[in-house]
Amino acid sequence: MQASSKIPTDVSYLEYKGKHKGLLSWILSTDHKRIGLLYMYSMMTLFLIGVVLGLAMKFELIAPGKTIMEAKDYNAVFTVHGVIMIFMIVVPGLPAVFGNFLLPIMIGAKDVAFPKLNLASWYVYIAGAFLVIASVLFGDGSPDTGWTFYAPYSFKTGTNMLPAIFGAFVLGFSSILTGLNFIVTIHRLRAPGMTWTKMPLFPWTLYGTAWIQLLATPIVGITLVLVSLERIFGIGVFDPALGGDPILYQHLFWIYSHPAVYIMILPAMGAISEIIPTFSQKHVFGYKAIVASTLAIAFVGYFVWGHHMFTSGMSGTAQYTFSILTFLVAIPSAIKVFNWISTMYKGSINVQTPFYWAVSFIFVFMIGGLSGLVLGALATNVYVHDTAFVVAHFHFIVFGGVGFAFFGAIHYWFPKMFGRMYDSTWANAGWLIFTIGFLTLYSPMFYLGMQGMPRRYYDYLEEFHAANILSTMGSWVMTLGLVIILINLFRSAKSGAIAPKDPWNGKTLEWTVPSPPPVENYEEIPVYGEKDGPYEYK
Amino acid sequence: MSQVIHHDEHYDPEGSKIGMWLFIFTELLLFGGLFIVYSVYRYLNQDAFHLAAEELNTTVGAINTVILLISSMTIAMSTTALQKKQKATTIVLLEITFMLALVFLINKYFEWGIKFDHGIFPGSEYMKEEMSQGEILFFGLYFVMTGLHALHIIVGMVIMGFALARIKNGTVHENRPSLLENAGLYWHLVDLIWIFLFPLFYLIH
Repeated sequence: MQASSKIPTDVSYLEYKGKHKGLLSWILSTDHKRIGLLYMYSMMTLFLIGVVLGLAMKFELIAPGKTIMEAKDYNAVFTVHGVIMIFMIVVPGLPAVFGNFLLPIMIGAKDVAFPKLNLASWYVYIAGAFLVIASVLFGDGSPDTGWTFYAPYSFKTGTNMLPAIFGAFVLGFSSILTGLNFIVTIHRLRAPGMTWTKMPLFPWTLYGTAWIQLLATPIVGITLVLVSLERIFGIGVFDPALGGDPILYQHLFWIYSHPAVYIMILPAMGAISEIIPTFSQKHVFGYKAIVASTLAIAFVGYFVWGHHMFTSGMSGTAQYTFSILTFLVAIPSAIKVFNWISTMYKGSINVQTPFYWAVSFIFVFMIGGLSGLVLGALATNVYVHDTAFVVAHFHFIVFGGVGFAFFGAIHYWFPKMFGRMYDSTWANAGWLIFTIGFLTLYSPMFYLGMQGMPRRYYDYLEEFHAANILSTMGSWVMTLGLVIILINLFRSAKSGAIAPKDPWNGKTLEWTVPSPPPVENYEEIPVYGEKDGPYEYK
Repeated sequence: MSQVIHHDEHYDPEGSKIGMWLFIFTELLLFGGLFIVYSVYRYLNQDAFHLAAEELNTTVGAINTVILLISSMTIAMSTTALQKKQKATTIVLLEITFMLALVFLINKYFEWGIKFDHGIFPGSEYMKEEMSQGEILFFGLYFVMTGLHALHIIVGMVIMGFALARIKNGTVHENRPSLLENAGLYWHLVDLIWIFLFPLFYLIH
């Protein structure tokens, strides 16, 4: 162990030859950029599994009655789809991929605070993913409880629940470690002169998210442990036969799982808050309002879980309280939307692929958010509870919000990550087809839910047929768009035109380093002067 | 390896202390979930919890409390000894802490063993036939919470083991004390949680 090893500053992290070669140089690397890509490739794989399961569900619903699978297979498919998409894709999504890759660069650091822990988090993530996959492949049938693992069914069903529940627990652990790492990184490693109010907005949202990860995930952790112990030993806490209360499970589960929605959406908002100023060539409007609303969402989001349980049996007072708090969350979310729009106002807008994604993000996010108010209001909630309306709502927020932001982010930072440009024509075509498919897929579900079609059934009444056909066709269009996007990105990563340092004229720090960045990011740690800031457009 | 070497050059005791505190938050919340469950069922089954608590041996519980309190003291002394560059004292004090943790586990083992002999364990026929639902819940929580706490004792011992090895080979010393300090912080947490578990299960009647 001699300190003589000088890391070259002119070799990019992609070409750098460390001690290991080939695959090992990736899976043993503590470089935050390589870890970010490790997460991206693993998530891409899992995401495609989730997409295939989603397609299978939509295909089953193309006609009433059995189409391609039995009811119990359908139950397994929506469960595994949910577990993969929630715990492995949207919760870790933006922080693990873009947070890892960009956080240190954006705050002017050479790496995260704990690089080894960072790599360990990836291994923990993979272990969790394998456990969930194993629950499908081995044992007595795939999990069929839905991703929420509701008691008492989750310990009564004969299917292979334990690996799935334990997998979710392990994935939560990975999430906690990443959050912990980011908080310390942001506290300790910001470049000299980068005060809190000069930090770019994406790191700010990562900071908010990291705190929720840290403070909410342990609750679901212990809840999943309890439900597992209930299943193995019969300890009684959630089993009505032994005096336990299944509703308590729901409370504990949603104490985490609602804040988890904000774990997902905050970094998505952060990415959008980076894209919009860059493509408007203008200082972001209301920087402090965006920061304050980020923290407000993180804080208030903690106290709204009860709105998942309006029909589960709660006192009237509890219902009103949760309903009012739910409405409160809409305020900071709306503030952000106003800020994004105002940033564009009188800007010199440069319409590129990331900008398309950002604008469509705002559109779908607003539909998702406003339909969320329908669900947050007691009277309407009782009417559409557990219908396709809810499914439409959270797909607009979770997939529309996080998914669109993810694709926006990857088209924004792709040149930085791979040092190459992508083909804009194909990227735009992919975006258009994807967006049309997305809207065709999920919009009819609002209507179906209003008409009373329940969620999580493989069958439905004849009167819902037409809208379901439309929705299923939407799923094909969306998948086509997805395939175009991915092929374009993969081809461009190999053979796209060489990207300059700053292709979009961005002003945050990541655009001051070469594309792709060198292993150490910075030869010398940048210093923020009095007048410097993340969005200083002249 | 060169990459790793570089990262080792970056040493930030303040950062690793913040990291440990954050981790301690998560641990508190983990047990916090259990404390919520406990308080809900205590509120709903006050008589049964009272009755069931009589089954527990307050003396053993009190002895274990004293053991943990002393062990918290010895690990704190060990940290101070490291700051004062007294390597041998550091090691001895840490070993004492380790042994106290082991004694705690042994006591716990016998305590649980006696319960098992009496047919008190989750899912037992005896409990289902002889006990009320509130008592079943009490013992369900008793085993989960003290069991999870025992698991934390074991984790704490593993961390102490690492700290011991690295103090001995000289990679943890007065200028790089983070591992020992963090082991200490973690150990105080384990102690603190027990301070809450002890009255909740043994003392409140």
